[in-house]
Amino acid sequence: MAEVTYLEALRQGLFEEMERDKEVLILGQDVGKYGGAFKVTEGFQERFGEARVIDTPISEAAIVGAAAGAAHMGMRPVVEMQFMDFISCAYDMLTNYVATARYRAGLSTPIVVRGPSGGYVRGGPFHSQNPEAAFFHTPGLKLVCPATARDAKGLIKAAIRDDDPVIYFEHKYLYRRIKEDLPEGDEILTPIGQARVANEGTDLTIVTWSAMVWKALESAEIIEKEDGASVEVLDLRTLLPMDDEAIIASVRKTNKVLIVHEDTRTGGVAGEIAARINEKAFEWLDGPIMRVTAHDTPVPYAPPLEDFVLPQTEDVVKSARWLLAY
Amino acid sequence: MFYYLTLTRSLEQRLVNLYRQGKVIGGLYSSLGQEGESVASAYALQSGDILSPLIRNLGSMLVMGARPVEILRQYMAKQTSPTAGREMNLHFNDFDLGYLGQISPLGDMIPVMAGICLSFKVRGEPRVGLVYIGDGGASTGTFHEGVNFAAVQAVPLVVIVEHNGWAYSTPTAEQTATLRLADKAKAYGIPGITVDGNDVLAVYAATKDAVARAREGGGTSLIEVVTYRRKGHAEHDDQRYQPKDEIAHWADTNDPVDRYVATLLGQGWATDDDMDAARQRVRAELDVAVAECEDDPLPEGAMALSQVYASPPEEERLWFRRLDG
Repeated sequence: MAEVTYLEALRQGLFEEMERDKEVLILGQDVGKYGGAFKVTEGFQERFGEARVIDTPISEAAIVGAAAGAAHMGMRPVVEMQFMDFISCAYDMLTNYVATARYRAGLSTPIVVRGPSGGYVRGGPFHSQNPEAAFFHTPGLKLVCPATARDAKGLIKAAIRDDDPVIYFEHKYLYRRIKEDLPEGDEILTPIGQARVANEGTDLTIVTWSAMVWKALESAEIIEKEDGASVEVLDLRTLLPMDDEAIIASVRKTNKVLIVHEDTRTGGVAGEIAARINEKAFEWLDGPIMRVTAHDTPVPYAPPLEDFVLPQTEDVVKSARWLLAY
Repeated sequence: MFYYLTLTRSLEQRLVNLYRQGKVIGGLYSSLGQEGESVASAYALQSGDILSPLIRNLGSMLVMGARPVEILRQYMAKQTSPTAGREMNLHFNDFDLGYLGQISPLGDMIPVMAGICLSFKVRGEPRVGLVYIGDGGASTGTFHEGVNFAAVQAVPLVVIVEHNGWAYSTPTAEQTATLRLADKAKAYGIPGITVDGNDVLAVYAATKDAVARAREGGGTSLIEVVTYRRKGHAEHDDQRYQPKDEIAHWADTNDPVDRYVATLLGQGWATDDDMDAARQRVRAELDVAVAECEDDPLPEGAMALSQVYASPPEEERLWFRRLDG
């Protein structure tokens, strides 16, 4: 066992897949000589060469399009978005071209588009976004959002091996802040589409993903200590396809649901989760499905503003208590 | 080439008939008057190469080996079509034959073809890609990003910019302040030339040069082919914005097929009898193709649900729960 950060686990996963399969390529801005803005691919170009670790122009649409073309030819390109905020520059290519390719034309497009998302780092409006909802609405894409070092590694490996296009949202706040013992030598693969119970509980379910898993766990601990209530935390890990079974199983157990996400509220993924629970487990609910999310604003820069806009542990605790008392 | 020029023009005429009978379900797009550059540029490729046609590049697909019956089935939304009724017209692909159908957002195929050519380069395969874009499509961001990417990576790609005067109702002068679209190549640091797009042999020769350069490691180049769109954007379009005498002028004096026929006869490369034989062959082949597919069924509604993903299996893919489920 060795203690590794979320970022190191991701790096290991990428590295292992490049060692395993020579068809895996990396494309992105500053990923080669510089090793990426966050150093996820540091040392990759020395190891795998310039033909497989490609520094590109600042052209998100072209990078994704080129990855798709290479993928049609049997390669497995991994695209780095320097920040996930910039993925919107490739929105057309991902939604119109990549996501429809198999359906409309039987084209295999096994690409991974990965990059840092999320706030709490004083990054301002264009280095803090969580753009998952923009792609959640697009059939043909898969979306994964690892919360732990183990899943950072397991999901990048699974994403690269997946025959469908996968958008992999890493959380930059977690990069160097969380660590975990991971076995050396063993293959870690996290199946896409399977949620994980991060904390077992009986009185309330918090459905969440990515960095919010840690705020949910912190909230569960506070509530257990101060209120004596037992909170289950369900880490979805994958948003598309969503593990409906795991959500429904937890709802049946606790009968109360709080959905927590860092993205803005209106049109956020929580709305879809609430609708599914409503359709599939309405009779099991003992209270309204509640949400804790960011406010409907861009992510501001100044610490008091950002802290106000993004969901905090005290917001989760407050909503959980309200729902427990319902 | 005369055979493919005739096949392209005749197939499009058959499609017009089927459109008027209500058998072509969606829009119908014609390359009348600009078939020459499609056929001639595709002719410069060889087995293993891949091109990506736009809506007016039917001729290029036929040269690569697409069958008229497939085109007919696509337009008529048949279950038996290459996309089983999911996509329309020329939007389908066959990598063995060497073509990748476009999607409707113009410009997107340039980065995709750059990526296909990147795979050729990374693997050291002596293959070349060719992608078409119009004078309108050259205004898109993906055109710029794609050509720039291809140029920087020096991938074996030939970009054919079809300057046919009109993008739907918008004349070229309202698309770009660039007078010669080939000049755009300078900005990307790649070779760019302008060719008379209705001179079949000139297009063939220019493409052949660019393809050879690409195959030898010389990277990306751009060819502007000057031609003219004689029909509307699609069959429904009444072309009220296009000067009638301009259309007539091109039809009377600058038709790529007429010009090629004159060359063939003038050079003694073919006789009227040879060309009549080719026309007969095309007519017979299209009779067979139309008869073969006209009565094919449309797909059933529920077929729409499959093949969104490679995995998971279909039933899991239906995220929403059916009321009976």
